Amino acid sequence: MNPLIAAASVVAAGLAVGLGSIGPGIGQGTAAGYAVEGIARQPEAEGKIRGALLLSFAFMESLTIYGLVVALALIFANPFAS
Amino acid sequence: MNLATIASLSVGQHLYWRTESVAVHGETLITSWFILGVLGIVSILGNGNLKSIPEGLQNVTEFALEFVRDIAKTQIGEEEHKEWVPFIGTIFLFIFVSNWSGALLPWRVLELPNGELGAPTNDINTTAALALLTSIAYFYAGISKKGISYFKRYVEPAPFLLPINVLEDFTKPLSLCFRLFGNILADELVVGVLLLLVPLLVPVPLMLLGLFTSAIQALVFATLAGAYIGESLEDHH
Repeated sequence: MNPLIAAASVVAAGLAVGLGSIGPGIGQGTAAGYAVEGIARQPEAEGKIRGALLLSFAFMESLTIYGLVVALALIFANPFAS
Repeated sequence: MNLATIASLSVGQHLYWRTESVAVHGETLITSWFILGVLGIVSILGNGNLKSIPEGLQNVTEFALEFVRDIAKTQIGEEEHKEWVPFIGTIFLFIFVSNWSGALLPWRVLELPNGELGAPTNDINTTAALALLTSIAYFYAGISKKGISYFKRYVEPAPFLLPINVLEDFTKPLSLCFRLFGNILADELVVGVLLLLVPLLVPVPLMLLGLFTSAIQALVFATLAGAYIGESLEDHH
């Protein structure tokens, strides 16, 4: 593999995961904060809130996972490697 | 047995079975067939001799059915959910059992010439197939219910949204496919990397987290499939 492409791929893979986790991190923090607020206000609704929170966490987390998929493709299945 | 062989990482390595024109991923097929076998045997044993007061395995299968029916009912609605319970149930059970088999069964003890056994869902081809099936299902649902007027939804709520609505048909299966694949592969990679560093005890909490996220991903996939089908079935007035 061309060393320039190898270096760029590794840097890009790191950036894909690193930058990609900023947004979902902020989002999950906000969601968890509001969920705790909701539970504090209405402790009897804890079960429902937890269910909705976990489901929305899975959606937010999948955004980071997209970055991870790109990073994995760059490292293990690089289309520019030939 | 050498611990390093259990912990080895091989992403993108596959056991190819070649015929003249196509090559298939052997390890994915082996594990998929295993899971289909497990599901088939459990349902035959559980439902072969139905009783009005369930006992033994029938409890498990009835619980699974009720769980799936609840997903379908909340996403598709009271009237139309019944004919979609089999589809959503198949998708949910296959993904759930595959994910948990990848996390619970020591597949890596069996050595293959190339690649390694794992959850079938850590191969992007499996998840792409499941996502495309979901696309076909919601197109079928919409067209069989509304006929040609199903395509009216592309120009709703305003005609200039047409490109975005068309694009959505491509992003839905793409995101379903990548979400499942990425989550399962990420779980297996994290556990694999930790096993390389510390082979004992330390990876156990992460394995438990993996079990949890795998179950949630199966639920998310089934919920989204239900939501897409429900979306194309709903009436616009």
